[in-house]
Amino acid sequence: MANGIAADSTYESYLAKKGFTAWALTTDHKRIGIMYLITISFFFLLAGVTALLMRYELLTPELDFFSTTTQYNVAFTLHGSLMVFFFIVPGIAASLGNFLIPLMIGARDVAFPRLNLLSYWVYLVGTVILMTALAQPADTGWTFYTPYSVETGTNVILITLGVFVLGFSSILTGMNFIVTVHKLRAPGMTWNRLPLFIWASYATAILQLLATPVVGITLLLLIMEKSLDIGFFDPAKGGDPILFQNFFWFYSHPAVYIMVIPAFGIISEIIPVFARKPIFGYRAIAYSSFAIAIISFFVWLHHMFVSGISETAAAIFSFLTMLVAIPTAIKVFNWLATLYKGSIEFHSSMLYALSFIFLFTIGGLTGVFLGALAVDVHLHDTYFVVAHMHYVMIGGTVMGFFGALHFWYPKWFGKTFNELTAKASWFLVFVGFNVTFFPQFFMGYQGMPRRYATYPEQFQSAHVLSTYGSWILGLGIFIMTVNLIAGIFSRKVPEGNPYKSLSLEWQMPSPPPHNNFEDIPIVTDWTYAYGKK
Amino acid sequence: MTSWIPESASNLASNVDNITLFVTVLSVFFCVLISFFLIYYSIKYRRKSENQETAYITGNELIEIIWTVIPSILLMVIFAWGYIAFRELKHPPADALEINVIAKQWLWQFEYFNGKKSINEMYVQKGRPVRLIMRSDDVIHSFFVPQFRVKQDVLPVNYSQLWFTPTKTGTYDIYCTEYCGAGHSKMLGKVNVLSPEAYARWERADEFGGDAVAGGSDLPPAERGENLYSQRGCNACHSLDGADGVGPTFKGLFGREEKLVDGSVVIADENYIKESIYVPQAKMVAGYAPVMPAFKGILSDDEVTAIIEFLKTQK
Amino acid sequence: MSTTTADHTEDHAHAHGHGLGEAVTHDAAKFGMWLFLGTEILLFGGLFAAYALFRAKYPDLFVEYHKNLDLEKGVFNTFVLLFSSFTMALAVLFAQRKKQLYTTIFLAITFVCGAIFAIVKYFEYAHKFEDHIYPSKNIFYALYYMTTGLHMIHVFIGMIIILALLGMNMKGKFVKGRYTPVEVGGLYWHLVDLIWIYLFPLMYLIG
Repeated sequence: MANGIAADSTYESYLAKKGFTAWALTTDHKRIGIMYLITISFFFLLAGVTALLMRYELLTPELDFFSTTTQYNVAFTLHGSLMVFFFIVPGIAASLGNFLIPLMIGARDVAFPRLNLLSYWVYLVGTVILMTALAQPADTGWTFYTPYSVETGTNVILITLGVFVLGFSSILTGMNFIVTVHKLRAPGMTWNRLPLFIWASYATAILQLLATPVVGITLLLLIMEKSLDIGFFDPAKGGDPILFQNFFWFYSHPAVYIMVIPAFGIISEIIPVFARKPIFGYRAIAYSSFAIAIISFFVWLHHMFVSGISETAAAIFSFLTMLVAIPTAIKVFNWLATLYKGSIEFHSSMLYALSFIFLFTIGGLTGVFLGALAVDVHLHDTYFVVAHMHYVMIGGTVMGFFGALHFWYPKWFGKTFNELTAKASWFLVFVGFNVTFFPQFFMGYQGMPRRYATYPEQFQSAHVLSTYGSWILGLGIFIMTVNLIAGIFSRKVPEGNPYKSLSLEWQMPSPPPHNNFEDIPIVTDWTYAYGKK
Repeated sequence: MTSWIPESASNLASNVDNITLFVTVLSVFFCVLISFFLIYYSIKYRRKSENQETAYITGNELIEIIWTVIPSILLMVIFAWGYIAFRELKHPPADALEINVIAKQWLWQFEYFNGKKSINEMYVQKGRPVRLIMRSDDVIHSFFVPQFRVKQDVLPVNYSQLWFTPTKTGTYDIYCTEYCGAGHSKMLGKVNVLSPEAYARWERADEFGGDAVAGGSDLPPAERGENLYSQRGCNACHSLDGADGVGPTFKGLFGREEKLVDGSVVIADENYIKESIYVPQAKMVAGYAPVMPAFKGILSDDEVTAIIEFLKTQK
Repeated sequence: MSTTTADHTEDHAHAHGHGLGEAVTHDAAKFGMWLFLGTEILLFGGLFAAYALFRAKYPDLFVEYHKNLDLEKGVFNTFVLLFSSFTMALAVLFAQRKKQLYTTIFLAITFVCGAIFAIVKYFEYAHKFEDHIYPSKNIFYALYYMTTGLHMIHVFIGMIIILALLGMNMKGKFVKGRYTPVEVGGLYWHLVDLIWIYLFPLMYLIG
């Protein structure tokens, strides 16, 4: 229904106004979304480089690239902190959520546009604090476990302060999105007609609100512990180092779903469009996001099965961990069933979405190994965990993110990229990713511990393979980045609705006008009415 | 299959491997199933023309119930099995032999019931259950022996425990698996599983290691001393190339005149070196901190002799 | 998705033009504030969890050291904050009734109460520092300084908000019926009060 696209003469793209203040002080959710996108992409690439350096070091068992083990430890701390706190947590939620939520629900902006701008600037302040921390980086790992983080001489305060500040940004954004979805849906956009990306963003926002304050107070306690010499986590002063782990994972496990649920939303948008089929089991997908969000608050102890927790606690948390796998499995089956009797087009974004299904399945299934208590004892803190985590975070979230980049690109910029190059870079990313991380499952089962700057010789062949894979992956991402940047300068103007999507954001010119909708649309059917007679 | 499963050398290993294999088989099955439909549908329903008809299917309750219930049942089986095996891991038999383990940045120290001590090398007997009572002197560490499939965090706040019954003689790696700073990846130890005879000899004898362990007692003393120099961690503080470290260099040490903190002078002969290994703080060389642990009960007289012979070769 | 376009009728007037209608803004702002207050409670919730854990672990320590706290100042401050919540509620009420002068008076009283609270707290802290009681003394004092300090920061933020509300009121914003800010600001002030109501017995009234 591309009839809404025809731009009238007064149409002015949201990108039209130029100048620094027109961007820095904008309250336009689309511009804020683009600013987030650029910032998080920068941190993604920076964190990717630290990963390549680590993999390069791990080519040989001895230390040869870095001059001290502490340098390696700093590298993995930076990699983890940048990826988790600066890219993947705010990543899809803040960048794509900002751009898409109002467009998809038929609103002119988010509920609190000025607060939205504030969130972005708070985020930026956090990143600036982090950048200064780069001069004196910490070596604790992104988990900042006590008592090591209290004892170490490296500068833990700056990096945790940066993360603490980011927390405010997350909370404000989450609140903004929840209110937006509740109050600003266009007439006729009932809850059961909402695009699944909105459901996913909504579940994510709730997680952000509930979990972020806890990590905020945890990091604040850590900062106080280091600066005021108090002893919440210090056994010598009567404190308890395990308390930190409890606090930290109470946030950080739901945070895993803050990272991945938006990707579920993206996949649920891309697949129906390119299969020209309604999403299979709409309610199951929508509600399972909530099931995951809720259960995710009650599984944090599964990160601590070998820390000496009681058997009963371990049993309960292992059981709940298994429960999370159920809604996750349902989603995978639903996406698969959506393809049945469809008309499938292999656009680059669809390739990412399909590889998401495959990789996320592996990520999810290997999570079951780790949920089984006795097996977790063996696998905990080995490369198996590293591989599992990356299959969920890259195979899941990042594949979804890349898919989104290619899918909504024409919508954002009114331009298009070279599709053939995009497919080629997808192939490199897919192959490179698997070559990098699949050997790590085996390495982990054989006992290779994580966070080792040097390692016993028997693991070398797997490490070498993994490093080669990281080069392929790096090359793929590099080509993808160049292709996407080059697209902005291309003259190719895509059709208004190139995929014949039924979702609201495609029923308007690309790039969208500043005010989104001249007249607020009235919605008469759900987003996925493909092939409806 | 055997290549990715490490050798199983404890009573607990086979159970863990069985669960792993069960989950692996299920995972491979589901992964192949999903991949098959992914590829099959992608080929069969690829877009052949722009106006290709598609079916309007929004769901199917029966199939959705099926694919919710079956994974749920399987997951519960895995949970139950994992928990049962976990209980076994948590309940050491009453007659288990106790060993105290002290983890510190970055070494493992073992204290046995008979007063013996060792650093980075643990001695256990094949077929005899062992219970480790572990504590940390500084940050959190984690004790991990892949071949035994056991792991336990070692905390500074209270004791944690771990048990196993070794089922094969041999030497296995101990890894620290909780990140603990600069030396984390070097915090490695060995478990020596001895046959009952060798273990009895180790227990009885002043000699610390069994045969062919602890530097190799059948080697010439100087060579054995060289092995002990690195195995017992002397190399962390005493260089061989003349560089000053935490302690004095070993280069040219033997026969050297050393100035002590009280101003007197000693010649580093056999007896002085032996005393300095057993009671390091008795005669401290001026300019060094009194930080060396006493090796009385950790190194035997034979081993000290071997180290002295090794020092004589370091001119 | 099939869509049509809304007519320019009164029904959809609220969703038209650049701003949102007053009713939507009001609802949204209040809803947003409630969500935000929830996160504030979770923030303090972390500290309360730590408090529960350590009090269970060291009951004697808590009983012993809470005696050193200045109960009189604590009680006084509790009444000051309770009273300020009452005046804040009145300020909101008068703003809704478009009584500009009364709104100003009660906002000002609330602000002064906040200031009194801060001054009393300052003397309490100063006295502790004179006795060389710092957060590093023990877990009880670490918790005492962390919770009351974090609460103090919230009082300051609340006072800044009240100043901003006073400014808006002077400009006559509330008289025009746009009283959303004062209602939302009031909610925040009540939360500051509420947290103190929990902190006070947990710290000053143990045993």
